Amino acid sequence: MARLATISTVPAPMAVASSVDSIPAPHSRRGLTRIALVGNPNSGKSSLFNQLTGLNQKVGNFPGVTVDRKTGISQLTPQHRAEIIDLPGTYSLYPKSLDEKVIADLLYDRDSAQYPDFVVVTVDASNLRRNLLLFTQLADLGLPAVLALNMMDVAEQHGVHIDIAELQQELGVPVIPMNARKGIGVAALKIVMAQHLDAPTVRFYAPDAALLPMLRQIRERFDLHNDYLALHYAHQFRHISFLTPDQRQYVQGLVEKYGFEPTARQAQETIARYARINEILLNAVSVTRTERNEPYSNKLDKVLTHRVWGYMIFFGVLFMMFQAVFAWASYPMDLIDQGIALINSLIQTNFNGPLINLLTEGVIAGLGGVLIFIPQIALLFAFIAVLEETGYMARVTFMMDRIMRKFGLNGKSVVPLISGVACAVPAIMSARTIENWKDRIITIFVTPLMSCSARIPVYTVLTALVVPDEKVLGFFNLQGVVLMGLYLLGFLSAMFSALALKLLLKTQERSYFIMEFPVYRWPRWKNVGITIVEKVKTFVFQAGKVIVAISVILWVLASYGPGEALEQAEQRARATAAQQQLSSEQTDNRVASEKLENSYAGLFGRTLEPAIRPLGFDWKIGIALITSFAAREVFVGTISTIYSVGQDADMRTVQQKLAAEKDENGQPFFTPARAFSLLVFYVFAMQCMSTLAVVYRETKGWKWPLMQLVYMTGLAYVSSLVVYQLFK
Amino acid sequence: MAIRSTTAAPTTQRSVKDLRLGESGTICCLQDPEMALKLLEMGCIPGTQVRLNSRAPLGCPITLVLGDEDYTLSLRVSEAATILLKK
Repeated sequence: MARLATISTVPAPMAVASSVDSIPAPHSRRGLTRIALVGNPNSGKSSLFNQLTGLNQKVGNFPGVTVDRKTGISQLTPQHRAEIIDLPGTYSLYPKSLDEKVIADLLYDRDSAQYPDFVVVTVDASNLRRNLLLFTQLADLGLPAVLALNMMDVAEQHGVHIDIAELQQELGVPVIPMNARKGIGVAALKIVMAQHLDAPTVRFYAPDAALLPMLRQIRERFDLHNDYLALHYAHQFRHISFLTPDQRQYVQGLVEKYGFEPTARQAQETIARYARINEILLNAVSVTRTERNEPYSNKLDKVLTHRVWGYMIFFGVLFMMFQAVFAWASYPMDLIDQGIALINSLIQTNFNGPLINLLTEGVIAGLGGVLIFIPQIALLFAFIAVLEETGYMARVTFMMDRIMRKFGLNGKSVVPLISGVACAVPAIMSARTIENWKDRIITIFVTPLMSCSARIPVYTVLTALVVPDEKVLGFFNLQGVVLMGLYLLGFLSAMFSALALKLLLKTQERSYFIMEFPVYRWPRWKNVGITIVEKVKTFVFQAGKVIVAISVILWVLASYGPGEALEQAEQRARATAAQQQLSSEQTDNRVASEKLENSYAGLFGRTLEPAIRPLGFDWKIGIALITSFAAREVFVGTISTIYSVGQDADMRTVQQKLAAEKDENGQPFFTPARAFSLLVFYVFAMQCMSTLAVVYRETKGWKWPLMQLVYMTGLAYVSSLVVYQLFK
Repeated sequence: MAIRSTTAAPTTQRSVKDLRLGESGTICCLQDPEMALKLLEMGCIPGTQVRLNSRAPLGCPITLVLGDEDYTLSLRVSEAATILLKK
């Protein structure tokens, strides 16, 4: 920021000399060429990114926002490597959503470390008119550019013939025809990308002469090289993140002084650009009208968005998804489970000591709790990626909009809600495509109520404990029915919470549903594969860190107590055991449970017990609830740690441990009433630090995450209370 | 100027909302200035041919095919009502 402040006092000659519209980009000043990939959604941008970088990609965040910043290294020629930044898809440089604002921040600040040497603009050749709008805006910013004319095959099918040489002449930048899905044209593009590119000289739109006095002043103040960039400052000064409050105020003052009307100006600009694009297309594109059969997409839509079949197929797809997550994933999960148990028993039989306990019961057990989720997360994201890739997700949005709107949501809320079944963290991030603030906030607020995959272990363990494994009506598995019911409970609570919020929240902003309706396509398996790898990596490294850390902390809490408490507890236990003449095994158990009761963990659980006793929970569950506030999946790990500390090593599975647990009267502790109370608690409670952190970042404040925490936990408490008191 | 203010007197002009399934029309103007910006970017330019392609099972949203390129746009009926057609 200091740089801008100093510059403003000494007007740079560049800014005053208005005839010089652009200066050459600072090419390769950092050694590695930095190239930004820009384009419309559905223009094949991510395919091209995957073609250029392969698995050599990194997902990070743009500074200050949680928009995924995908970068990768591409070997353009044997000597030349470049860093590619994949920017969010957008239709124009005027941002409508959070994702799109990132583009402005990156392309308007020439001194940013992120500023690209040039941009590669992907356009859909079969829909050139609309796609060129963004290109002309980028060119007018004076950015060196290459046009990747993608989907040439689709264009040819539609009878669109493009004169590449003419188009190149008209646009003033290299034009590379290609088919990124098949990798055609990628080699040619790489060769062009490895060359030095000058800023384009062709301009497509000049701001109205009446605006020039204002633009001059903006250029002078910020040392801008170009009128069009100055125009964007006037339009977007409120959103550009690198401007200081003073600088914003300065632009606002100018905007008011000159009576600048952003809406009208922007509409004029867009219409003028389209007029110019039409001229270009007249020269460079000819369309042969072929007698075509009805497009296959339309035929498919007759079935897939049919008033009866459409919904049935959608529920069929959802059913398949659940089947995959519960049934198919169980085989690799069992393998992981057995593998971890094997490693632990190997270590325990061969070594001994407190550090070994920390390793096996803390670190490895925690690691197992992370790895076990990989099959489910991979399968879920495989499904979601395929649905997005084929264009089916757009149809789901289309079919559900009317229904979702009744609940204060938006057709686009379907994607976050469905993804919420996998994990609320990426789901909440996917709500960014919802332009409307109120729709977006409601979607973010209710998404964590959808039962995420972290609840699965809790659900399965407790359901299997109290629901008999038998068939109802001949073919439904009763445990499966209960599981389905829990998901339904989560879904219904999300919908009704949304309805309540719809009535509570007031907004002036309107909700939009204008979106491109893509044609059906075969999924690109490479893209699906990359998505899976990316999501699994994110989960293992982000959530995994928390889970392993909590496991270790928990082990410490369960193994140590304040002062001499543990030694005293042991002595007491041995004394009573000797008095009652217990066997050595019984004595050991007595010692272990007495020690746990007096450890730090026991202390926390006991403090909590009075509050959760009405729900049917004891202090051991209390410990699990506390640790679950970091992440729900820790529940099973906690329970196994709590019960495995000092219990028979043979009792491996958590379920057996729970079934063997007795209350003070010697009856099984986990009665149906207790188990259902606990299940309902886990359906509703906000027990995920990562979700709260994401909501904080996405809503830019603590208001919404705190409200979520209070609302969901309150709902969980009251519901559990009702369930336990009714059924005990 | 193709954008009309919302404060203009109620018009009896047909809009995209009034198209029958499969019927085409030509866009005359966009009635709502703010929504016009989004619609323009998405290719709803005055003078463009537009055909009502399909309706969602519950009648809303709808899909439109724009121009002679096979480009399909989906939008709500209330949004379609702001796109006026030439007579």
